[in-house]
Amino acid sequence: MTTATGTVPGAPGVGRQSLRHRLADRGIDRVLLLLVPGVLFLALLFVYPFLYGLQLSFAPKDGGGLLANYQNFFSDSYLRDTIWTTLILGVPAALFNVLASVPIAYRMRGRFRGKRTITTLLVVPIALGTVLTADGLIELLGPSGWLNKLLRDFNLVDQPVMLVHNYWGVFFSLIITGFPFAFLLVLSYLSGIDPNLERAASVMGAGWWERFRRITFPLLVPGLAITFCLSFVLAFSVFPSANLVGDPSGSTRVISIAAYHAAFEQFDYSMGSAISMIMGAIMLGIIALVLGWRSTMFRGATGGKG
Amino acid sequence: MADAVNVPASLLPPARRRSFRPSGIGGWLVWGLVALFFITLFALISTVVLDSFATTWFGSWLPDDFTIHWYGDAWAEFDLSSVLLVTAQVAIAVVAISALIGVPAAYALARRDFPGKRLVTVLFLLPILIPPITYGIPLATVLYRLQLAGSMSGVILANLVPTVPFVVLVMIPFIEQIDPKIEAAARMCGAGTATIFVRIVGPLLVPGILAAGVLVLVRTVGMFELTFLTSGPSSSTIVVVLYSAVFGAGIRAPQEVDAMAVLYTASMLVLLVIALRFVNPTQLVTRVGGR
Repeated sequence: MTTATGTVPGAPGVGRQSLRHRLADRGIDRVLLLLVPGVLFLALLFVYPFLYGLQLSFAPKDGGGLLANYQNFFSDSYLRDTIWTTLILGVPAALFNVLASVPIAYRMRGRFRGKRTITTLLVVPIALGTVLTADGLIELLGPSGWLNKLLRDFNLVDQPVMLVHNYWGVFFSLIITGFPFAFLLVLSYLSGIDPNLERAASVMGAGWWERFRRITFPLLVPGLAITFCLSFVLAFSVFPSANLVGDPSGSTRVISIAAYHAAFEQFDYSMGSAISMIMGAIMLGIIALVLGWRSTMFRGATGGKG
Repeated sequence: MADAVNVPASLLPPARRRSFRPSGIGGWLVWGLVALFFITLFALISTVVLDSFATTWFGSWLPDDFTIHWYGDAWAEFDLSSVLLVTAQVAIAVVAISALIGVPAAYALARRDFPGKRLVTVLFLLPILIPPITYGIPLATVLYRLQLAGSMSGVILANLVPTVPFVVLVMIPFIEQIDPKIEAAARMCGAGTATIFVRIVGPLLVPGILAAGVLVLVRTVGMFELTFLTSGPSSSTIVVVLYSAVFGAGIRAPQEVDAMAVLYTASMLVLLVIALRFVNPTQLVTRVGGR
């Protein structure tokens, strides 16, 4: 209807009017001004710092060429190994969180009494904060904690099992904070799958394993890929718990500690920015890999959804 | 996806309504895993709570004796009244500003389709998807150059970076639920744009704004990385003080730190319970992560 106004050539006044109408047709009018503060804010405090950091990372503090920071990072094994330390911590933790969520969410996808209570209880770890989680892990799993006391009282071990101030402490802390998040996400993806599909398969005589493998799982894969990416990003950026329950100068010296150390303890902002950029690049690389794998692997099964 | 989640209960055959009782080996295994998680969680919280009330506790099942003086000690030593005041000021400022910037932006994104909308959406998604520690270091560097880091305004600015997009994402579905015909009708009756926002859209959006506000409050009080990177001694919120008490220099009784951690968790739980009155946890995560 309104497109007619745009096509009618007329006097200058009418032409201006029609330009406004044509713009409004494409969704551009004064309402868009409401976006300006938000976009401006993010441009100033998110995009600009990122570009500034990128530029800073190519201007090393001690000179030595554009790529000196990156060369330093990859030639110094103390720095380079933080990538490996972070991956060996983040990938298994994210995988565990996602894979453990699947069977539990599969069992809980229907409706039953107490479901709301369980999902509410799963939000509790958000309230704990890193320090309480860390202190609790130290007091529960530490050498004189309840677990080791239990194991010794039953004569299962002679020496206390060391589960904190090393790899395992950080791993457990990542699971306590990350599992509820992954679970709630998987549960909401599972609830989004039409239960009629499974019922139809059941009518055709498919057992629960067959139903899960052929129907539910392929439909769930896109959701699982996103859940894995988000869990991985959470685990990859672990910082406070790697210091508190880990071994921050050795087996859990993750890349975020290296970046913080460079920027705010050695005051080499240039190196700190370079490490942040490397951190971001690795994260995006892994996400691209997972999402790429998902699109090649299960295209047939998920494509039929619509 | 959203409408698929809300399949009405009446459409599901009664056979699908299961009780809490597990069935089969797989069922027991799954419930066992869930139970193990909750037992660990409960034991973990119990040890910290018990320790915060303990006179001394080493190597035995329970503390030797109980006392409450660690709470008083922690309150005095860490000057918690001023720390809590700073935390409240930062959180309230962040909630107010992020609502003021975010709600109008969400309105524009929900109501209009315009060229470049995808780009703007990505711009609003990135700060939520990228973990704070990654962009926090360049952001803190910029704020230090501008002499803003270390002050309360620096902490507020840094915390706004993830919360403005968060408000936008939470508000978009709320705004989409409001029928645009209501606004058109108001305009027909002679209401100007300002009147429509104050008297029509505003009141209808109150539940959404409250939900977004409470969630932003929880996020800001719990936000460690950004506050840690940008705060100074007089602008640290309680998470940062708590972390510094454990990791910083000096020798403190562990019970004192535990007492403070318990206070922090208790207040976060109160905030979360309030938040859960407005939002269902499964929807909450879909909104944060799924979009």
